[in-house]
Amino acid sequence: MPLSKMNNNGNLLEVTDLRTYFDTEDGIVKAVDGISFQLKRGETLGIVGESGSGKSVTNLSIIRLVPTPPGKIVSGKVIFDGQNLLTLSNEAVRHIRGRRIAMIFQDPMTSLNPFMKVSRQLMEMTRLHLGHTKQQAYEHAIKMLETVGIPDARARANNYPHEFSGGMRQRVMIAMALSCEPELLIADEPTTALDVTIQAQILELIKRLKQATGTSVILITHDLGIVAGMTDHLLVMYAGKIFEQAPTKELFATPGNPYTKGLLRSVPDPTAEQGELYQIPGLPPDVAHLPPGCPFAARCDRVQEICHREFPPFVQLTADHCSLCHFAHEVYEESRAEGARSSESNL
Amino acid sequence: MSTQETNPDSIVEMPPPIESGHGDPLIAIRDLKVYFPIAGNRNVKAVDGVTIDIYAGETLGLVGESGCGKSTLGRAILRLVEPTSGQVLYRNNDLAKLSTRELRKHRRHLQIIFQDPYASLNPRMTVGQIVGEPLDTFRIARGRGAEQRVQELLETVGLSKRFTKRYPHEFSGGQRQRIGIARALAVDPDFIVADEPISALDVSIQAQIMNLLEKLQREKNLTYLFISHDLRAIRHVSDRVAVMYLGKLVEIAGAKAIYADPLMPYTKALISAVPVPDPVVEATRQRIVLEGDVPSPINPPTGCRFHTRCPYMIETCKQVVPPLVEIKPNHFAACIRISPDQPDIEKVAPGAAPGLEAAEQVISQ
Repeated sequence: MPLSKMNNNGNLLEVTDLRTYFDTEDGIVKAVDGISFQLKRGETLGIVGESGSGKSVTNLSIIRLVPTPPGKIVSGKVIFDGQNLLTLSNEAVRHIRGRRIAMIFQDPMTSLNPFMKVSRQLMEMTRLHLGHTKQQAYEHAIKMLETVGIPDARARANNYPHEFSGGMRQRVMIAMALSCEPELLIADEPTTALDVTIQAQILELIKRLKQATGTSVILITHDLGIVAGMTDHLLVMYAGKIFEQAPTKELFATPGNPYTKGLLRSVPDPTAEQGELYQIPGLPPDVAHLPPGCPFAARCDRVQEICHREFPPFVQLTADHCSLCHFAHEVYEESRAEGARSSESNL
Repeated sequence: MSTQETNPDSIVEMPPPIESGHGDPLIAIRDLKVYFPIAGNRNVKAVDGVTIDIYAGETLGLVGESGCGKSTLGRAILRLVEPTSGQVLYRNNDLAKLSTRELRKHRRHLQIIFQDPYASLNPRMTVGQIVGEPLDTFRIARGRGAEQRVQELLETVGLSKRFTKRYPHEFSGGQRQRIGIARALAVDPDFIVADEPISALDVSIQAQIMNLLEKLQREKNLTYLFISHDLRAIRHVSDRVAVMYLGKLVEIAGAKAIYADPLMPYTKALISAVPVPDPVVEATRQRIVLEGDVPSPINPPTGCRFHTRCPYMIETCKQVVPPLVEIKPNHFAACIRISPDQPDIEKVAPGAAPGLEAAEQVISQ
C-alpha cells in the first residue's frame, strides 16, 4: 500500500493485524496476536485487560519500543497519520516518538531521570524536537509545569524527581509528554500507582488538557471504573486478542462477549447492595501454551463443545461493535434483554 | 453495654458504643499510638490515638490513602510492630502489654494475610511446609495428621491437595494468595487482619479472593479487619467501615451509610473520587477533587489534620483536634463543622462550627 499523507476518514491511527511475538524458553509467546483498531482524531480509546492480555505490548508496538530480542513485531501495520510506523527507519520513528506521539507510564519514578533536575528533563524534549533555545525551552518548561498544576512551578523546576510526591511526579511526566503538543498521547496505567484522591486529580487533568489541546488519547488500564468515565471507545483484550470492541457506553450497557460480561459483573458496584460477587473461575491462560479453540473456553460459563475445538470468529454485532465469540449474537441479545429489564425496574 | 475496663484518663476519644446485635467486641482498641522515631528526635506518628471496637463475626473495613497508617494499625493490633502506647484488648487481655511468651498463646487466634503473595511466602519452602509450619509451631498436629490437615486446608481455599510438594513460584498471584490464606487458617484463628489482600491481583481474581474470604467467614465465624485503599472492595466486603487519615480515624459507619451518606469532608472526597464502572453515571457525576497531597505524618497539620486540603476549612479547624462524635445513629465523624443537629456540612452556615461544643466536651472528659 502506498504511503499517503491523506487523512483517511478522520483516523489518526489505524492498526491492522498487528502481531508481536516473544521468543522465550517456554516457546513463542504471542503477546499480541492479530489485532486491528482505529482511533479518530480527538477521541479517547480505552484498552482494558488483565495482566498478560497484551495491552501494554500493544502500546509498545505502536511506538516501536518492543524490546528486541526477545520481542519481535511479526506482522501488521501501524498507520499513524498516513505513515506506517513499522516500516519507518529508527531515525524517522524517533522524530515522531515524543513529539507527535507521547507516552505516560505507570511508574513516574522509573521514567524520570533521578540525576537530572526536572527542568532539564523538560527542556530536553523541546530542544530536541522543537529546536528551542535554552532560554525558550526553560520558559516553556515552566509554562508546562504550571499547566499541569505544579504549585510554585518556577521554584519547583529546579528540584529533582525524588523531591516530588507520586502525584506530582506523574504531573511532571504529563508535562513532559505534552510539551511538544503531541497528536497522540498513550497513557499506560497512568494512575495505578497513585492514591484515589490523587488519581482523581490526574484523571481530571488529562481530561482538561485533552479538551484544551484536542489530543487523541489511548488509555490502558485494568480499571473498568476509569475507562467508564474517560473513554469514547473500548477494546477488551484477553490472551493477545481483542475480545470485544465497541463504543464505551454500548460495551457497558450491552456487552457481546462472555469475558467482558464476566469482568463487568465481577467488579463491585459501590452504589448497589450486592450479594456474592460474580467470579470468573480459573486463571488467565498461559499465553505460551494456548489451547486450540477459544482461549477463554476453560473459564467461560456458557462454553460449548465447539469452543474447545474451533477458534471463535470476530462477529460484527452493530456498525462499531464486534465480539470474538462463537455465540456473540446470543450473548449480545441476552445483554439487551437484561438491559431492558433493568431499566424497567428502575422506572 | 459493656465497655472494656480501661483507665479513663487514657481515653481521649469516646469509644463508639456497641451497635445493637453486635454483642461484645472481640477486639477493643483504646487510644493506640504507634510512633516511629526518626533522625533529629522526631517521630513519624503513623497511628495517633485510635479507639475502635471490632465485633465478633464482623468485617471491619479500614480504608485510607498510602501513609495514613492503616497497615501499621493492623500490624500493631497483632504486635507485629510494637505500639508506643494504648491498649489492644482481646478476651480481656491487653495484647499491647503481654510478654512475648504470653503473647504467643494468643497469637494462634490472631492471624494476618499480606498484600504481596510473592513476598510473604518463603520461596525455598514447599506449600506443604508453608501451610504446615503453624501446625508444628503451635503443636496442633504432626506427621500424618499434619499432612492430612494441610491437604484439607488447601481444599478449603480452593487449591488441589496434590499441590503440597510444589514451591510458591509455581503458582499464580491469586493461587499464592490462597496459600497465604490457608496458612492463616491452619491454626483456627478467630480474627484475621487482611492487609490489602487483593491489591496485587487481577480484576477477575480479586472477585475470587473476596468471595473466598466471605465464604470462610460464614463457615468459620471469622472476624476480619480488611485493610484496603480500594473503596469498591471495602464497600463490598465490609459490615462497617473506618476511614483513616494521617494516623487518625475520621469516620466510622456502616458500609452502606458511609457510601450513601459520607459526613466528613475527607470521606466525601474519597468516595466521590472512586470511579464508578458505569459510563452513564460517570458522565453526569460531580467529583470533589481535593487540592494538594497528603501532608507528611512527620509534621502533621495542627488541629484537624485534614484542614490543609479541606474545602470547608474555617480558622477554628487549625486549632481544635476534632474527636469522633456520633453524628447519626452508629455513624461517627470527626469534624467540628457538623453536629447531630446539623449533619450536612453543605447546609451549615458559612464559618459556623456547630460541632465545636460537643468536641470540647469530649476532649475535656
